[in-house]
Amino acid sequence: KRIQTLDTRNLAQSVNHGGCGECQTSCGIANQQCEQMKENQ
Amino acid sequence: MVHQYKNNGYNIVLDANSGSVHVVDDVAYDIIALYEDHTPQEITAAILEKYADQPDVTETEIQETLRDIEQLKKDGRLFSEDTYENLAWDFKNRSTVIKALCLHIAHDCNLACKYCFAGKGEYCGDKALMSFEVGKQALDFLIANSGTRHNLEVDFFGGEPLMNFDVVKQLVAYAREQEKIHNKNFRFTLTTNGVLLTDEVMEFANKEMYNVVLSLDGRKETNDRLRVTRNGKGSYDMIVPRFQKMAELRHQEGYYVRGTYTHYNTDFAKDILHIADLGFKQLAMEPVVADPKEDYALKEEDLPVLLEQYDILAQEMLRRSRKGNGFTFFHYMIDLAGGPCIYKRISGCGVGTEYMAVTPWGDLYPCHQFVGNEKFKLGDVFHGIQNTELRDEFKLCNVYARKECHDCFAKMFCSGGCTANAYHATGSLTGTYQLGCDLHRKRIECAIMLKVAEAMDQESNTNEEHSL
Repeated sequence: KRIQTLDTRNLAQSVNHGGCGECQTSCGIANQQCEQMKENQ
Repeated sequence: MVHQYKNNGYNIVLDANSGSVHVVDDVAYDIIALYEDHTPQEITAAILEKYADQPDVTETEIQETLRDIEQLKKDGRLFSEDTYENLAWDFKNRSTVIKALCLHIAHDCNLACKYCFAGKGEYCGDKALMSFEVGKQALDFLIANSGTRHNLEVDFFGGEPLMNFDVVKQLVAYAREQEKIHNKNFRFTLTTNGVLLTDEVMEFANKEMYNVVLSLDGRKETNDRLRVTRNGKGSYDMIVPRFQKMAELRHQEGYYVRGTYTHYNTDFAKDILHIADLGFKQLAMEPVVADPKEDYALKEEDLPVLLEQYDILAQEMLRRSRKGNGFTFFHYMIDLAGGPCIYKRISGCGVGTEYMAVTPWGDLYPCHQFVGNEKFKLGDVFHGIQNTELRDEFKLCNVYARKECHDCFAKMFCSGGCTANAYHATGSLTGTYQLGCDLHRKRIECAIMLKVAEAMDQESNTNEEHSL
């Protein structure tokens, strides 16, 4: 196919169920994982 | 905002505001580049002209690709808008809990690394070790100010924290008692130069430390140029065997061998690969942040070489990974499917609000890189935050406070970058450290490329299995 889309978290959708603050502090943000999503796996 | 780039043979399209990543062929790449500023008719004519020698590029094909792009746009996966700015200010207004402390357990060090931002571990002040009483008060302060947060983090930092190992052990034991009482989960990290890394320390760290950062700069000649003992001897031969033992005892997880590269080793990919060849699997390598007058400071003219090094590293990592001998590089770890939510991405690392550093005598600073600068003292662990004006200034440190970030594709992957680096480079908490930005953008591009390669490899493996 001319365009293939990778499986990514849609940031706009995380507006409604993000912000719990349980993730690690970051010194990084790019390689951080969402604590809620880890628990749900 | 859409960012298009080519890397390692892949055409990559990043939709920065949604986080979507697309891998496309040359035709789609060109159509997307024209999409916003041209009509479908203009795009069709331009593409047919450019690909006139390719019979499979037909008007029908182009129309189909345009429809795919339109659908992705409707789905919020391409050309999506940045609608998050108000969230950044709202989130900062309500988020005042503290969830992490960096305990400066020792303002003293048994090495004298020439580039150390902490000035041989002493932070431009007197040598000092944190007492158990101060550390205990810091943990109590953290628990009391953590609200409903369950996960709390404490970094044992210095200087060299193992110069005060007994207090580290006492504080961990105290925290383990308190976490049961208060329904908290402490995650400890330890950053060490390895000089005092004994079997006893390793056993303790493997039981209690969520993560350990082991400092090594790479090849022996690289490491020993700047990471020296108090009498000027190199540290490589002393620490490498200890780090190797530590990594094996931790089953190659929950640690980083973390180096610093400088103007003296702009070919730093060789240092990273050297560390990998020593058997380490979790690696990090950071650019030195230094006064431009220092001989080891990175210079603007170093930038093209440094950017190329990140490409060399990514390609070699991919090659090794495909052979089953891969390793992890801190800045190339990116979880596209399970990464942080938008609130985290726009609000940053929490410097001065969610995260603070504690000096050996209990003073609170926004982070470890502000310690020693009296004007950034926030208060102390005995009386709490007293300089609320300063704390409120840090509350406003988010990606939207930095005008240079507005049109940057990487802003959702760095949250505006390191506030301390920005301050030291520009004198402003909401400035940006341009060299750091240039390097970080490149790292994000390489990290996404590796994810694309992984996805494409998986797809071709699946296709091969189906054809058998």
